[in-house]
Amino acid sequence: MENTENSPVLNEEVKTPGKLSRMFLTIYDVNRFIMRFFKEGFLPPYEGKELLRQCYEIGYRSALLISTTGFITGVVFTKQSRPSLSEFGATSWLPSLVGIALLRTLAPLLTGLIAAGKVGSSIGAELGSMRVTEQIDAMEVSATNPFKFLVSTRVLAATITMPILTFYTALVGLLGSLLNVSMSEGTSAKAFFQYSLEQITFLDITASTIKAILFGFTIGMVGCYQGYNSSKGTEGVGKAANSAVVIAMFLIFIEEVVSVQFFSLFRA
Amino acid sequence: MEQKPVTDFRNEKVIEIHGLNKSFGNFHVLKGVDLDLYRGENLVVLGKSGTGKSVLIKIIIGLLRPDRGDVKVLNKVVDEISYKELLELRLKVGFSFQNSALYDSMTVRQNLEFPLVRNRKNLSRADINKAVESTLDAVGLLHAINQMPSELSGGQRKRIGIARTLILQPEIMLYDEPTAGLDPITCIEINKLINEVQERFHTSSIVITHDLTCAKAVGNRVAMLLDGQFQRQGTFEDVFNTNDDRVKPFYEYNFIQ
Repeated sequence: MENTENSPVLNEEVKTPGKLSRMFLTIYDVNRFIMRFFKEGFLPPYEGKELLRQCYEIGYRSALLISTTGFITGVVFTKQSRPSLSEFGATSWLPSLVGIALLRTLAPLLTGLIAAGKVGSSIGAELGSMRVTEQIDAMEVSATNPFKFLVSTRVLAATITMPILTFYTALVGLLGSLLNVSMSEGTSAKAFFQYSLEQITFLDITASTIKAILFGFTIGMVGCYQGYNSSKGTEGVGKAANSAVVIAMFLIFIEEVVSVQFFSLFRA
Repeated sequence: MEQKPVTDFRNEKVIEIHGLNKSFGNFHVLKGVDLDLYRGENLVVLGKSGTGKSVLIKIIIGLLRPDRGDVKVLNKVVDEISYKELLELRLKVGFSFQNSALYDSMTVRQNLEFPLVRNRKNLSRADINKAVESTLDAVGLLHAINQMPSELSGGQRKRIGIARTLILQPEIMLYDEPTAGLDPITCIEINKLINEVQERFHTSSIVITHDLTCAKAVGNRVAMLLDGQFQRQGTFEDVFNTNDDRVKPFYEYNFIQ
């Protein structure tokens, strides 16, 4: 695909560039891809039906895996934290500790990593396979903008559903913790939620929402970029799916570190 | 093998190509190609694999950009128009892919609806259904309307691919290897369909192939791509009535086969 509006920069004009040049060309190309999303993603005609379908695919289809992970994390985190707290006679702080840990870091990070694995690879493989079987070209020649239909909808759907999945993970994690706490200490559900939520501030919720949005955007964008620009047949499809996961996870960790530093400025 | 009657179509040019060059790295595929397509004719482009036949039609539709030269489609220079104008032009040019390129997550009905609902916004649901059904009927596959592409045979997929382009009622059809990988009987059916499309939808077509049976059956004119240029053009007989060592083996191999 080499039309100016659609082409990756790495075309046949560039004669075997060196590693450094290739890196800069890729950065430039990724930048163009992101700019194209902002340029086209919010302008009509809208692909509302496809956006809803993608929200369902990304959100609902990931719910079971995320529920299981969130619940187990809640149980295990509570169980592992108890001995340390009981040394100081502070087991009553367990619900608040779990609540803060889940909402501030565990829920966004776990949801992001799971979604990167499940959603990122699926987007990379699907778009990659569409590219190598010329389905994207077929959309292009039938006067439809494939970027809008395939990329914009997936990136938007991932960005919208990630905050919802993140708070869902936090809730399921708290339920796991509640199970453990009520079995060990006999704490009631009402008291557990009262203690676990009382330390949570508006800043915690805002920070988690922003992080989740950022993670969702990253997962969608990386998956789409890798899939949309894949080549070299079936090998390219596998590579697109794999690199979508690896790059998205790497970026999520970097974003987590940066956002923790950034939001800690407001906690003082 | 029945040959298509010779008809002179030299009236209005719908595609004009002058001095077209295209390279991939150090591989110079097209070396100053000149070609015209006239309204209403079926032009067959022959050539060995890797000679740039598919590259040529991908340049015509704007999927690839030429290095040098002009490609004018319906009086518009493809490389100079805006993306919006290119999309408008593509409504008038149908492209049938070698592997059909059907959207494998959609049914046959959804495959045909896809370009229609996005490009003919004034159509009602009833109009869309009618257009889908009549186009499928034209390619003889109305019964497959609710099937998934994975449930279709190679020949059926080709037909659906052609139907998906026909639904926008293009003026020009570009067929990329329409009979590749099909059995001889299905090849004959596809050749017949290409001729029916020409008559019924009044299209002008470029058919890319290396199948001489197809070339003879559907081509009003044949152009042979040799060493990056159209060295021989004319009727089927004009092109193959030669002692050129680059052409003769091509003819002999096809007929021995």
